[in-house]
Amino acid sequence: MSLDKETVRKIAFLARIDVPDAQLEPLAGELSGILGWIEQLRAVDTSDVEPMTSVAAMTLPWRDDVVTEGDDTARVTANAPDGQDGFYLVPKVVE
Amino acid sequence: MTKLTDLTIAEARAALEAGDTTAVALTEAHLAAVDAHEDLNAIITKTGERALEMARASDDRRKAGRRKAGRTRGALDGIPLAIKDLFCTEGVRTTAGSNILAPFVPPYESTVSANLWDAGAVMLGKANMDEFAMGSSNETSAFGGAVNPWTRAGDPETRLVPGGSSGGSAAAVAARLALGATGTDTGGSIRQPASFCGIVGLKPTYGRCSRWGIVAFASSLDQAGPMTRTVTDAALMLGAMAGHDPKDSTSAPVPVPDFAATVEQGIAGLTVGIPREYRPEEGLSPEIDAMWTRGMEMLRDAGARIVDISLPHTKVALATYYIIAPAEASSNLARYDGVRYGLRVVDEGDSLHDMYRKTRAAGFGTEVKRRILIGTYALSAGYYDAYYLKAQKVRSLIARDFRAAFDDGVDVILTPTTPSAAFPLGQEVTDPVTMYLNDVFTVPTSLAGLPGLSVPVALTGEGLPQGLQLIGRPFDEDTVLRAGRALEKAAAFTAKPTLLEG
Amino acid sequence: MDAPMDDTPAPAYVIRGDTGDWEVVIGLEVHAQVVSQAKLFSGASATFGGAPNSHVSLVDAAMPGMLPVINRVCVEQAVRTGLGLRAHINHRSVFARKNYFYADLPQGYQISQYELPVVGEGTVILDMPDGSSRAVGIERLHMEQDAGKSMHDQHPTKSFIDLNRAGVALMEIVSKPDMRSPEEAGAYLRKLRSILRYLGTCDGNMEEGSMRADVNVSVRPVGSTELRTRCEVKNVNSVRFVMQAIEVEAARHVEIWEAGREVTQETRLFDPGRGETRSMRGKEEAHDYRYFPDPDLLPLEFDDAFVEGIRATLPELPDDKKARFIQDFGLTPYDASVLVVDRREADFFEAVAQGSDGRRRDGKTAANWVISTLFGTLNKRGLGIDESPVSAENLGKLIDLIADDTISGRIAKDVYEIMVETGEAPDRIVEERGLKQVTDTGAIEAAIDAVMAANPDKVEQVRGGKEKLLGWFVGQVMKQTQGKANPGMVNELLRKKMGLLDA
Repeated sequence: MSLDKETVRKIAFLARIDVPDAQLEPLAGELSGILGWIEQLRAVDTSDVEPMTSVAAMTLPWRDDVVTEGDDTARVTANAPDGQDGFYLVPKVVE
Repeated sequence: MTKLTDLTIAEARAALEAGDTTAVALTEAHLAAVDAHEDLNAIITKTGERALEMARASDDRRKAGRRKAGRTRGALDGIPLAIKDLFCTEGVRTTAGSNILAPFVPPYESTVSANLWDAGAVMLGKANMDEFAMGSSNETSAFGGAVNPWTRAGDPETRLVPGGSSGGSAAAVAARLALGATGTDTGGSIRQPASFCGIVGLKPTYGRCSRWGIVAFASSLDQAGPMTRTVTDAALMLGAMAGHDPKDSTSAPVPVPDFAATVEQGIAGLTVGIPREYRPEEGLSPEIDAMWTRGMEMLRDAGARIVDISLPHTKVALATYYIIAPAEASSNLARYDGVRYGLRVVDEGDSLHDMYRKTRAAGFGTEVKRRILIGTYALSAGYYDAYYLKAQKVRSLIARDFRAAFDDGVDVILTPTTPSAAFPLGQEVTDPVTMYLNDVFTVPTSLAGLPGLSVPVALTGEGLPQGLQLIGRPFDEDTVLRAGRALEKAAAFTAKPTLLEG
Repeated sequence: MDAPMDDTPAPAYVIRGDTGDWEVVIGLEVHAQVVSQAKLFSGASATFGGAPNSHVSLVDAAMPGMLPVINRVCVEQAVRTGLGLRAHINHRSVFARKNYFYADLPQGYQISQYELPVVGEGTVILDMPDGSSRAVGIERLHMEQDAGKSMHDQHPTKSFIDLNRAGVALMEIVSKPDMRSPEEAGAYLRKLRSILRYLGTCDGNMEEGSMRADVNVSVRPVGSTELRTRCEVKNVNSVRFVMQAIEVEAARHVEIWEAGREVTQETRLFDPGRGETRSMRGKEEAHDYRYFPDPDLLPLEFDDAFVEGIRATLPELPDDKKARFIQDFGLTPYDASVLVVDRREADFFEAVAQGSDGRRRDGKTAANWVISTLFGTLNKRGLGIDESPVSAENLGKLIDLIADDTISGRIAKDVYEIMVETGEAPDRIVEERGLKQVTDTGAIEAAIDAVMAANPDKVEQVRGGKEKLLGWFVGQVMKQTQGKANPGMVNELLRKKMGLLDA
C-alpha cells in the first residue's frame, strides 16, 4: 500500500495537524512503509470471524438518571487558554 | 542496616510496622535520591512538599494506632511511589509526556492513584514517559528521554534507554528513587521497560484497574499496573490499585483477591505452556533463547509441568496492534484542540481551523503525529474494512489462540519479554517499524486483554538485565504472580544497576 | 392500527415547470432531545438554559482520561419511542464515534450509533387535513450526544463556547423518503411531535431546539420512480420553516434540472428571512467521519423483559385514541385527529363528552364545542388547555342545558362568554341572570299576538303566501322575549296563529 502526497495532505487535514508541504513527500514514504508492513494482515483468513468488541464477557453498565455533577464552571474552565464570563473563547467562527 | 532506598515495599511495610523507620524518613530518603539522580530524568514533576505532607499524615495515623479507613485498610501506608505522568493527579501538573498538555493541571484525581492514596501511599512525583505512551524507549517524551540506570559492562559512557513507554517509572524503581511506581501498558509499556531496567512489571487483565483519569492512548488496550523490584511488591501494589469502578464502563465488576497472601504458595502441579511461535527461526538471539530455556527449567524444578503449545496468530499480532492502537489514538487525541485546556497556538487573524492545526502541529511530537495520521487513514472512508475491521477480526483470532491453550489445561504461558536488552539512546529512531518490533512478545497479550508479568531473570553477556514474561488467564493474576514468584526465587536476580555502584 | 387508511395518494403537490410537471421526494431526520434529568453519558443536568458551562461535568468538557457511562433512562426513553413508532427494537446495538472537529464538540467526536441503531424500521400515520391518512416509514432511531453551543455575536474577533448542551441525549429519528408535499412533511412533524409528547420522551419544543429537523429534498418528473440527487437542508427549527424550506428547495432543483444542469449533493441552510436555502459547501466537503465502535463502551444489550416492561407502561397513543373517538363518540376522522394531537386536549374532550356521571353526551356536539368554540378562545387568548377558563365539567353542563331545552343555542353562546369571563358554572349563570328558556305557551302566545297586532300588513302578506316573512316574525318575537323563548315553540305557534298549519 502506497500513500501519495495528496492523501497525506488529506489525512493531515482530517487530523487537524499542519504538515508543511516539504514534509508531505517524506511522510508519505514513511507512512507507506508502515502500511506496507501492515499488509501482512491480508493473508490472514478472517471469513466467519466476528470483530473483537470486548476482552472479557461483560455487559455495558448503566448509570441512574441522577444529576451528580455540574455547577462547577470554575473547575471545568480552570485550564482554559482563553475564557470570559464562564465561556471558553476561540477565534471567531464564521458560519 | 539496609539503606532505606534499598528496601522492598514488603520490607518497608515491616520496618514501619516495627517502628524501625518512619514514613517521613522513607520519603526523605527517596526525595534525596530523586535529587541525586536528576540526570536520569526519571521524574519530570517533583512533589516533595506534598510527599512530606502525606508521609507526616501516615506517621500520625500510625502513632495514633489508626489505619486508613478505605477498602485496602492502609496496605501501602507510608510507602513512597512514583506516578507515571499519564495518571491525572489533582492539583499536580499532568503532561502525558507531551507539550500539548505541558500547562495542564487536572482538577481531579485518577481512580488508580486515588486508590493508592486511599491505601496510604505517598506521591514522590510524576514519572517521565513516552509522549502519550507511544514509544518503546522513552525518547518520544517532550521532556527528554529518561535514562536507564544500567550500562553495558565495560561501557559506562554509553547511556541506554530505559524502554517505554513507562520508562521513567522503570528507571525510578530500578535506581531506587521510589519503592514502586505506577505504569500503564498498551502494547508492552510496563513489561518491556521492566525487562530493560531489571525490575518486575505487571500488566493486569484489561478491566482489572480503572482507566478513569488516565490519559487515554488506545482505550481497548490501556491498562494500569505496578512496577516494583519484587513480585511480592507487585502483588501488594496491584491489590491497592485494582478494583471495580462504576465510572469506567470497561472496568470489570470482579472482586480483588489478596494477591500477596497467595504469592508464596508455589507452583507444584501447574502447567506451563511454551508457545513455539515465540521462537522465530530468525530474530530471537541465542542468548535470550537460552535464558528462556533456563526459565523453563526453573519452573520445572519448582514442580510445574512444561508443555509445548501453539499460538498460531502470534506473528500478525504486531501489525494488528499497529492498526488498532493508532486508530483509537487518532480519535482519543482529538480532544487536544487548544480550546478547553493545554497548549494553544494562535496568531492574530487566525481562524479556528488555523488554531487547531497549529496547536496540534506544535503540541504533538513526531511519533504521536505519525500514529495519529496512520490511525486517521485506517479509519477513513474506503479503508476502514481493509484495516480497522480486519485488524479487529484478527484480534479475535489472537484471543482465540490463547483461549484454546488455556482450555487445553495450560495455567500460565512463559515467553521472553523482549527480543533484545536495552539499547543506546538515539539508536533506533530512524525506522519506526524496527522500534515497533520491541513489543513483538508483549503485544499479543495486550490484544487478548490477558495479564502479563515480566520478571528479571539474568544479565545478558553485555551485563544488561533481561526479563521473562508470564501470561495468564483473564483475572488470574493470582497464578501469574505465584509463577512469577517461583521464577524470581529460582533466578535469585540480585544484580544492581551499574549507576548505583559507581 | 384501526384508523381508516386511504391508499389513494393525497392530492399531488406538483411543481409546474417549463418541461413538465415535477414531484418532490422528502425524507426527514428529526433530532429529538430525550426527556431525562442527566445527560446521556454523564451526571450533569440536561436542563435547558443555565449559566454558561454550569451544566458541564468533567466528562462533558472532555477532560483527559474522562469516560462515558450510559444513562439508563435515556435507553428506556429510546426504546419507549421505538415502541411508540411501532418499530423493531434491536436488543443489541453499538455506540460508535463520529469524528470531526468543531469548537463546541469537546471530544473531537460525537458518540452516536451508526451500523447498529437501538431502533429499526417503524411507521408513522399522517392525519391529513381532508381527513385521510398516509403511512410514512421510519428507517431507524438512534441515540447520540448533542453538541455545545457557539455564540458569535458577543465579541468582534472571538466566538464564545458554552457546553451546557454538550452530551445531552438526542434521538435521531430518520424517516424513509416517503413524503411528497410540504403539507405531508408538516403533518409528519406534527404527528411525530404528538407521539413523542404522549410518550413523554421529548417535549417537542422546537423554539428551544429540543426538536429540530434536517430535511432531505429531491425532485423527479411526475410518473417517474427514479431517485435524483438530494440536498439536505440542515437544522430547521419550526414546522412552518420546514414546509417553506421544502418549497424553495424543490423549486430550486426544478430550475437546475430544467436548465440542463445537475443538482449537487450537498448540505444547505434555510434562511427564513430571505426565503431561500444556501450552500454550506466547503465546510462539508472535507468531512470523513471515520465512524468506529467506541472502545470506551461495550455494545448496548437488553432482553425481552426490559422491552416488555416498557411496553406495559405505554399510554394510549394518538392513532388508537383517534380510532376510539371515531368508534365510541361517532366523530369524523378529521375532528378525531384534531382532538388527539395533544393528550391533555384529548382528555379534556373526553371529560366533556363522557360526563362525570357516566352519562355520555353527544360526541359530535362536544367535539364542536371543544374544537370550534373552546380552542378558538384559547387561541385568541394564547392559553394552553391547562389554563382554560372553562372547565370540562362546566362545558359539559352547558351542553346538557341545551340538550334539555333549558337554554337555546343562541343563549348558550352568551352563557359561554360569561363562563369564559367569570369561570362560573353555566347553570348558576342561567339561574342568576334569568336566562332560562321561556317554554310557557301563554307567554309566547302573548308576545306573538303583540307582534302580529303591531304588523297587520305583514300578517296579510304571510297569509297571502309570502312565507319567507315568517322568519322576520320569529326574530321579532325572540326580541320581545330577550331571546329566551324556545325558538321551536315560537315557530310552531306562529304558524298556527297564521293559519299555516294543517292541524
